[in-house]
Amino acid sequence: MNTSYITGSTEAAGALIPIVSSEIRFRDFLGAVMVRWGFNRDKYRVKPGIYAIGTPGSDSDVFVTANYKLTFDNLRKNLSDTNGWILVLDTKGVNVWCAAGKGTFSTRELVAKINSVSLDKIVDHKRLIVPQLGATGIAAHKVREETGFNVHYGPVRASDIEEFIKNGYHAESSMRKVKFGFMDRIKLVPNDFLYGKYYLLGAMIVLFLLSGLSRNGISFKNFSAVGGPSIFNVFLAYFAGIVFTPVFLPYIPGRYFSLKGFFSGIIVFIALFLTGLSNENIISTLSWFFITGAVSSFTAMNFTGSSTYTSLSGVKKEMKIFVPLQISFTATGIILQVIGKLI
Amino acid sequence: MRDLVYLPDVVTLSLSEDKCTGCGMCVKVCPHEVFELSHRKAVIARRDFCMECGACALNCPYQAISVNTGVGCAAGIINGILKGTEPTCDCSGSGSKCC
Repeated sequence: MNTSYITGSTEAAGALIPIVSSEIRFRDFLGAVMVRWGFNRDKYRVKPGIYAIGTPGSDSDVFVTANYKLTFDNLRKNLSDTNGWILVLDTKGVNVWCAAGKGTFSTRELVAKINSVSLDKIVDHKRLIVPQLGATGIAAHKVREETGFNVHYGPVRASDIEEFIKNGYHAESSMRKVKFGFMDRIKLVPNDFLYGKYYLLGAMIVLFLLSGLSRNGISFKNFSAVGGPSIFNVFLAYFAGIVFTPVFLPYIPGRYFSLKGFFSGIIVFIALFLTGLSNENIISTLSWFFITGAVSSFTAMNFTGSSTYTSLSGVKKEMKIFVPLQISFTATGIILQVIGKLI
Repeated sequence: MRDLVYLPDVVTLSLSEDKCTGCGMCVKVCPHEVFELSHRKAVIARRDFCMECGACALNCPYQAISVNTGVGCAAGIINGILKGTEPTCDCSGSGSKCC
């Protein structure tokens, strides 16, 4: 693991504490791009414990964070004008919000780390700055009961931290709010695209196999003639669900992700129809309406977990309505494929 | 840009006015500005923006808030069904999804 962000060490409370740089190097940037595409994701971690940034003293602030390196890099980058301590919890390489939801960024882990690094000997105040999204896993009043440290919930985005401190540890409402802007969505697309790869592969195989059907049984000529376009159609429907839908999320009608995905799938269908790709016969064309709609709807539904505003109750409701529809659309599409080949 | 809002009238969030002391912790921790303080009490001002993350309930020192928390994630729900557990994001193992 690349630890080039450590530039030295300082002594506090009788221990040597590593000093980290606030500079993001090319290696960090490259690592971030790689991890977004799913490479090395499980090992993209920082060793939990305490770090120094700048030249902190016993009155400097303590920033609590997760041990996902992307999160850690984002924090230190935004502390370039600050002298402080960074307390890294062991979240198994997961970001603050997700780890808080899973229970690794927790009251228990925070209390354990405060004790194991002897934080009360490193600083002589009782202020902890915890990112607001960590509140899903940490109960501020329990941390105070157990350690005497006061949790101050900082801003959602690390880029607001220095402003937050200047404001006297006050996060304005705009700093407390989670957004889900264009860039936020774009960054998630690669990983989500890869997440459904087995679904995609499975759907491609099924449609490829169906393409070989003919009135006279299995036709190898059909595989070469129709197999390619079939695979391409499925790929486009998947793309509509997991790339087009997230990118244009606010502009596609409907609140249900499945419905948004269905609309994107229909756009793909219309595009295919106009370019003549699915025009073997009317039944086959119709079958692609159902298949692209179902594939795109299902894939877009899986983006609910990446969004920042869906609730469990909501997604359960969505699935109750749309999963049966997706299944019946898929079944109808496949049956029509078969009929289209046999007539 | 306007805020994205998911489905109306689905969330399980509830607030007990009797237990609330108006300390404002829920206002501070909520990522979607669901709560407001009014006459020294918290009120649910934007219910449909709630994503059931549970930060408010966990940080309320007076147990005035209850919400059925979990991940709003279809893949997580499917995972839960396949494994026979509660909905869970599968963040372990390579190539898997995490929110």
